[in-house]
Amino acid sequence: MKEKIISIIDAYGKDSGRLMDILSCIQSEFGCVSNEAVVVVAEQLHISEVDVIQTRSFYHFFTCKPVGKYAVYLNNSVVSCMMGMADAADEFEKQLGIKFGDLTADNLASLHYTACVGMSDQEPAAIINNVVFTSLTRDKVKKLVADMRSGKAVGDMVSELGDGNNANPLIKSEVKNNIRKSGPVVLDAYQSGAGITKALGMSPKEVIAEIKESNIRGRGGAGFPTGMKWDFCSREAGEKYVMCNADEGEPGTFKDRVLLTERAEMIFEGMAIGGYAIGAKEGILYLRKEYKYLQAFLENTLKEMQSKNLIGKNILGKGFDFDIRVQLGAGAYVCGEESALIESAEGKRGEPRNRPPFPAQKGYKNKPTIVNNVETFCSAARIMEKGGAWHNAIGTKDSSGTKILSISGDCNAPGIYEIEWGMSIKEMLDMVGATDVQALQVAGPSGICLPPSQFDRKIALEDLPTGGSMIVIGKKRDLLKDVVLNFMEFFADESCGSCVTCRSFNMILRNSIEKIVEGRGIKKDIDDMAAWSEIIRKTTRCGLGQTSSNPITTTIRNFRELYDARVKDTDYQSDFDMKKAVLESCGVVGRSAEVHE
Amino acid sequence: MSETVKFTIDGKECQGNKGQYIVDAAADNGIYIPVLCHMRDIVPAGSCRICTVNVNGRKMAACTTPVDEGMAVENITPELTDIRKAIVEMLFVEGNHFCPSCEKSGNCDLQGLGYKYQMMVPRFPYAFERREIDANAPKIILEKNRCIFCKRCVRVIKDNEGRSIFAFKGRGKTLEINIDHKLATTISDELAQKAMDICPVGCILKKEVGFKDPIGTRKYDKISIGSDIEKIHQ
Repeated sequence: MKEKIISIIDAYGKDSGRLMDILSCIQSEFGCVSNEAVVVVAEQLHISEVDVIQTRSFYHFFTCKPVGKYAVYLNNSVVSCMMGMADAADEFEKQLGIKFGDLTADNLASLHYTACVGMSDQEPAAIINNVVFTSLTRDKVKKLVADMRSGKAVGDMVSELGDGNNANPLIKSEVKNNIRKSGPVVLDAYQSGAGITKALGMSPKEVIAEIKESNIRGRGGAGFPTGMKWDFCSREAGEKYVMCNADEGEPGTFKDRVLLTERAEMIFEGMAIGGYAIGAKEGILYLRKEYKYLQAFLENTLKEMQSKNLIGKNILGKGFDFDIRVQLGAGAYVCGEESALIESAEGKRGEPRNRPPFPAQKGYKNKPTIVNNVETFCSAARIMEKGGAWHNAIGTKDSSGTKILSISGDCNAPGIYEIEWGMSIKEMLDMVGATDVQALQVAGPSGICLPPSQFDRKIALEDLPTGGSMIVIGKKRDLLKDVVLNFMEFFADESCGSCVTCRSFNMILRNSIEKIVEGRGIKKDIDDMAAWSEIIRKTTRCGLGQTSSNPITTTIRNFRELYDARVKDTDYQSDFDMKKAVLESCGVVGRSAEVHE
Repeated sequence: MSETVKFTIDGKECQGNKGQYIVDAAADNGIYIPVLCHMRDIVPAGSCRICTVNVNGRKMAACTTPVDEGMAVENITPELTDIRKAIVEMLFVEGNHFCPSCEKSGNCDLQGLGYKYQMMVPRFPYAFERREIDANAPKIILEKNRCIFCKRCVRVIKDNEGRSIFAFKGRGKTLEINIDHKLATTISDELAQKAMDICPVGCILKKEVGFKDPIGTRKYDKISIGSDIEKIHQ
């Protein structure tokens, strides 16, 4: 084992900044990053063992105990549960004879739950050894387990290839694109090289001016003006970096997965344009581990672009050098926050940084860095091709261009829709064939839960901003149990734990909503949750904590009657369960835990 | 010589150096802003959030926000006081803090703030988390029930070659403080003492010196937390 680990570490130049890659390789080689492996890594990198463990233990896909030869990661996020995850889970457990969280005695398979894997339009989905399996039914699960028992390579377990590049030999996936509506900016046909050719014919200042004129704002959800970000960074001196945020973790969003599959060249071109504008020579695409199945394809795309001289040395003969590498994540929602993403790319825990300084001043390796969303880079390439004014004419006054929506849940046609900003929710629901709608979850758990009375509102940064996640919740769903509780569990799991308020409050709020769902709540609990949510919103460092109470606050505001119907109208109720409290000690002395009131 | 800037805290005119964190500049002007994770001249963690203030109307952590010319800071408002009290309560319910039996009682910043904000009963339900006590290191006991994740030890206590003795493990609800058993065998008595002293609570304890200070001589026995800072300019 030691020799193998040493050779992995040598391959990354004994650089502790590449700890993520090193641990990834160890995990896939040995099925875990054992404590013995930690000792070797610490020795070789000359860092302390606790520093290796702090990174290992932060990420969901690094494990300290071995996973099975087939490690099944089943998505248990809201949409997956809506689409029948419980059946798939039950069938896996039956077929393998183990529970989730366990490993079979023969080490054949292990079962794990995981957060949204970016397949909300084809749930329930699971990832087995980096290969994605979608639309799981009991029959499909039976077949998968039979294939495992026969020792089939996991890649060969894919029965039917998806459309477009999903069928590419380097991807070979059953994932479907489900592109339902193309728009002029991103999904229209794109001639490779069109954007970068234009950009390199201009000065970096002119490129930034063009981006500013386009009025594009970040497509990840926060909506920061891209031109301004690039401009700030371009004013800094020295070595700089361009980072593409492909850590699409907001439950219910999957549009970046489709762009990475179908618009890879456009993304890389956008990154190169950004690099030219700010004066960077190196780009990093941070790819979430769930999309590892796209890595070989993306790296091959880069090679092809190099051979066309669109990436690499002296691009198009214009004297501009720019290289890109793909950095893999390891399962942590918070890494979608730009400074956490940078920390993670540096091999550390994905804890968001304090600001100032901003990444544009001190980012990757403490050098000025721009971090933009996948869709933003695609748009940048198109803006170069067609001009800022052209882009600014699309959409609304404050939200120019288009937005790609990932629409899922209770509707007839879940998938990808590129719309012009400004579309109303009602139009959108008609477009996807959603009737009988109880609520629409706009922008994922961190967004808002919208009632039908507000369906005339518009999808625009000035009204309903979104990174693209739209989950349609039908009338048959139990909104508090199926949606709000699931979201709060998600946030409690995904908080990095750094801020007291985020770490602690998400747990407290999760327990409160569970109490109400289970019928143990009283009226005061509702008011408490609303008041406590304010504290977490006001006192956490990053967007995760600032928005993590939204599932509760927006449903209390918009669906108060659901809460009122579930709570008791008493002033006080003890949460203390005497029987439960004495259960263990009664067990020790061999007495029954009957408590007489 | 760094540039001097003028700013106000609760209306009081103050002066500080440009780039200096609000919390330090405030202390230099005799104003106490409560902290648990912050230490002057150490890279801020910005994690306990108890120093939250209003800066030009926005909530900011005073330990990570630099002062600037004309800045208007609000430090004492009913809302901020309630938030700070809530954070203290939250830390009490999150861990397992039994002050009467704690070696750091009287010298503990969390306890000091509990008194300052007159915490009686926390408004939040207790978590009663089960946490370990790690006494493997020769000079240090790590009483994880009391850790508030301030990261002071993580940032400050290093071995001769700059390697970490302490680090976090896990995330969110599984977060815990972790000590490197190998490197911990190499630390000096002085460093072990320093680790205990900078720990704002009773999580890091130097072995064999518990309950050293008699009641009446402990840090917060006669003065309340922060009053030393408030006295500077009186």
